[in-house]
Amino acid sequence: MEVFLQQLINGITLGSIYGLIAIGYTMVFGIIGMVNFSHGDVFMTSAFFALIFLLVLTTVFGMSSMILALIIVLVIAMVLTSLLSWAIERIAYRPLRGSFRLAPLISAIGMSIVLSNFVQVAQGPRNKPIPPIFSGGFEVMNSNNFAVTLSYKQMMIWIVTAVLLVAFWYIVQKTPLGRAQRACEQDRKMAALLGINVDRTISLTFVMGAALAAVAGTLYLSYYGVVNFSDGFVPGVKAFTAAVLGGIGSLPGAVIGGLLIGLIETFWSGYFSIDYKDVAAFSILAIVLIFMPQGLLGRPEVEKV
Amino acid sequence: MNDLLQTAPATLPWENNPVLAVEHVFMRFGGLIAVNDLSFSVGRRDITALIGPNGAGKTTVFNCITGFYKPTQGMLRLQHASGATFLLERMADFRISAKARVARTFQNIRLFSGMTVLENLLVAQHNPLMLASGMTILGVLGLPGYRRAEHQAIERAKYWLERTGLTPRADDPAGDLPYGAQRRLEIARAMCTGPELLCLDEPAAGLNPRESAELNALLLGIRETEKTSILLIEHDMSVVMEISDHVIVLEYGTKIADGTPSEVRNDPRVIAAYLGVDDEEVEIVEENLDQIIEGAAT
Amino acid sequence: MAAEDTASKHGPDIAAAVKDALLSGVVALALFGPLVGLRTEQNMRNELVIQGRWGLVAAIVAVIVIGRFLILTLVAPALAQHRNRAAARPEHPSALRQALGKWFAPASIAFLFLYPVLIVSLLGFQGSLKWVDNFGIQILIYVMLGWGLNIVVGLAGLLDLGYVAFYAVGAYSYALLSSHFGLSFWILLPMAGIFAALWGIMLGFPVLRLRGDYLAIVTLAFGEIIRLVLINWRELTNGSAGISSIPKVTLFGIRFDASPDGFAKMFELPLSSAYYKIFLYYLILLLALLTAFVTIRLRKLPVGRAWEALREDEIACRSLGINTTNTKLTAFALGALFAGFAGSFFAARQGFVSPESFTFMESAIIVAIVVLGGMGSMVGVALAAVAMIGGTELLRELAFLKAIFGDNFNPDQFRMLIFGLAMVGIMIWKPRGFVSSREPTIFLAEKKAISGSLVKEGHG
Repeated sequence: MEVFLQQLINGITLGSIYGLIAIGYTMVFGIIGMVNFSHGDVFMTSAFFALIFLLVLTTVFGMSSMILALIIVLVIAMVLTSLLSWAIERIAYRPLRGSFRLAPLISAIGMSIVLSNFVQVAQGPRNKPIPPIFSGGFEVMNSNNFAVTLSYKQMMIWIVTAVLLVAFWYIVQKTPLGRAQRACEQDRKMAALLGINVDRTISLTFVMGAALAAVAGTLYLSYYGVVNFSDGFVPGVKAFTAAVLGGIGSLPGAVIGGLLIGLIETFWSGYFSIDYKDVAAFSILAIVLIFMPQGLLGRPEVEKV
Repeated sequence: MNDLLQTAPATLPWENNPVLAVEHVFMRFGGLIAVNDLSFSVGRRDITALIGPNGAGKTTVFNCITGFYKPTQGMLRLQHASGATFLLERMADFRISAKARVARTFQNIRLFSGMTVLENLLVAQHNPLMLASGMTILGVLGLPGYRRAEHQAIERAKYWLERTGLTPRADDPAGDLPYGAQRRLEIARAMCTGPELLCLDEPAAGLNPRESAELNALLLGIRETEKTSILLIEHDMSVVMEISDHVIVLEYGTKIADGTPSEVRNDPRVIAAYLGVDDEEVEIVEENLDQIIEGAAT
Repeated sequence: MAAEDTASKHGPDIAAAVKDALLSGVVALALFGPLVGLRTEQNMRNELVIQGRWGLVAAIVAVIVIGRFLILTLVAPALAQHRNRAAARPEHPSALRQALGKWFAPASIAFLFLYPVLIVSLLGFQGSLKWVDNFGIQILIYVMLGWGLNIVVGLAGLLDLGYVAFYAVGAYSYALLSSHFGLSFWILLPMAGIFAALWGIMLGFPVLRLRGDYLAIVTLAFGEIIRLVLINWRELTNGSAGISSIPKVTLFGIRFDASPDGFAKMFELPLSSAYYKIFLYYLILLLALLTAFVTIRLRKLPVGRAWEALREDEIACRSLGINTTNTKLTAFALGALFAGFAGSFFAARQGFVSPESFTFMESAIIVAIVVLGGMGSMVGVALAAVAMIGGTELLRELAFLKAIFGDNFNPDQFRMLIFGLAMVGIMIWKPRGFVSSREPTIFLAEKKAISGSLVKEGHG
């Protein structure tokens, strides 16, 4: 029971991070039908932005209040990552938007390679640890000499994720931007004919996804305390799995998918073995795609004959 | 089918040894009933037309016959002149073409645009050629059996190129052809499979009057020389009235008329359903405007 | 982009170009500033500290600003003019280009056969090692893999992002069977290939009804699953440590070592490890040419035509009576077969296999080679492999750059970075790949090349 609860807490935490990244994948796929292969490495880069500015604030400016530092770092990371994603879309994807589907895919894979290798070259290949931000938490339960703890870091992740998701939901559902996005998802030509600036809407979609990825990156850095240039690929694929599981194109689906993947991963590691936990994620992806390609909340695609 | 023949009063010509018998077919998509208890016969070596306003479910019926949809209910019985019978509602789409010998064309032309006209016609003869190539193995070894079969296939392709007037364009990419020629190529390709029943989905869409007349001649010729039965969906009344032996009218998935062209033309229910026919014809021309202009320019 | 449009119409708009270039500079500063300028290094106490490298940042930003300005004012208008002239000309290539096209393939094959002879005569046996091994053999392996995947992606239009799985199956089955049963390479080569092909059919069966991007992701997932299983199933595969001491290939029983009945002694040649490498070179050349031969043959047979028709329009294929599931499976299985052959060659050549050689990156590189080649063209794929693999191998040769950038500079690190940039750049420049036309497999009167704009790329 105790192990179960602890894994549940851990799973929800991990799942929140995956969910935030997954939203970026699902939004881009929904609006231009493209799998943004570089999104995972954008997430990794955002973690590096967070790392760098956290270090600047603590070592150069000698800031001592971790909470304040984290908030500043979060904002900076969101801004810079959005800028990065905007630039990537302009340079590598927009010129290829059109009938050839393979070209943007290869370009995205190329961009992913560029990002991870660039960070490796610019910042060095070693793991980058940060001093512990804050530790401690409170005990949820204690029995059988096993204390189930909910750490402050975990709580922070839950709260930040929840707040951002509410804000995000509001933007998508209630604002003109969100309406424009949903219109472009349904029918780009018609949306353009109605006066929506499709290019700008697509750019903003990338930017929003990247901003959420930046939040995930900052949370990832503060939770695990270490980041490495190769940390983009596996979390990226798992987040994509989450998006597919929830139903690609569906925002609540991405969040639910993220939570599910996080829970499955932690429970698998807790009860079976850590070794094959990544195999579990990839296998789920394969199984979902084979048997239920529209995911949990998606709509099945019917091809017109 | 024999029972029906015995109990029905006077048998209509197409009910006598029909090539295709559609019996109580329903097609439901969730809550939407696209085809509602449809029954009709397609007479052997007839040209049968399936008409009706847009959204009547005609292409849905085609898709059921050719296996792209499985009807929710009902039976589709196909009988060859040789007597072989096939229950289409149970067969996979490619088997319906390969075994039951039902060929079709599509509303929005589906050619292999990156392949030449000749290549398109050879792909249509895939199954006999595969057999002759010994499932490819003999072909790789270069044995003469395959070469003979390929030669025969090319001859058949040349025959259909001649019939559809496409011989000068045999080596051109299919995507380069003007609109009218593309439609003819689709028919030629379907005929290269040697079908018993040819299903044409709006073959005259976007054709000018001269091309429509040529199409009529082609279809009548096919009926004459190939002994193929033809079932077509059409909006162009000049084609329907001039060459059809039998017309079936659908509206909202239900059959509202079934008879000879003259019978149907004067049927008040058909006229009522078609009150908007002029607008629809205009719509079709507008949809295909680009290709028609291209076709006129080349 | 607005500035480019105005530039092509009215001649370069200097003011707009300056604004655009400055904006690019600001973006570059914001992005490169932290990542390059604030390098995190570990100091003596193993804590991370920030190292400022503002000179480098300034240089990068300057290059970007000036470069963007030049692109807008000089390059883009020139390109637009070139494109306008090209669009006015008809599509059919000139007689000279067609003649070149006909002779290119036979000439290249002759060159490939003579290549080791050339290198040896120029550099001697020892000097030839690097050029035959790191360049010749390495490039040819990727050419073969590219040609194998070309059947799946280029001809049949099935987007497979997990091709490396079949490569791994071939390599590991060769490694395991030769270590445990000591069978010779010549028996194991076909066995590994068939084994990989069986895997292809098994994997293909459940996934081939998926379309486009979904097929791509599922194959990617399978590729990763295979790699992770190889890492974790230590009893069978020895995990990350890999399998080593794989016996070398022999030529009719003649071993390429220093023993009295080895190759060198038999032919009374001075001892050199180059003989084995040259032997391996010819071996991979023959294997690659086999792949090419089979592909070209099959394109003219019904199965090959069905692959290309499948790529063009699957529904039309089904309406013509073609069992597209079987068509897809044969493409998949054949591609896997050649990957299996390549895998066993790889294992024999290295003498050692480990899961690290079979990452998603490898699949991505091979897919990139096929897409960069264009139109399912054999020549295109080969050129793409030479350019990408040869190009990045060449980077290792640029040791002289150490003189410029200092001893800490390691061009090897930049290899993959430049590879990624090349992938993006080439896609933007030529989205359909190097080769932009398709050759029909049969003609009545005249063989006409088909423009790339008509050829579909397939939806899986």
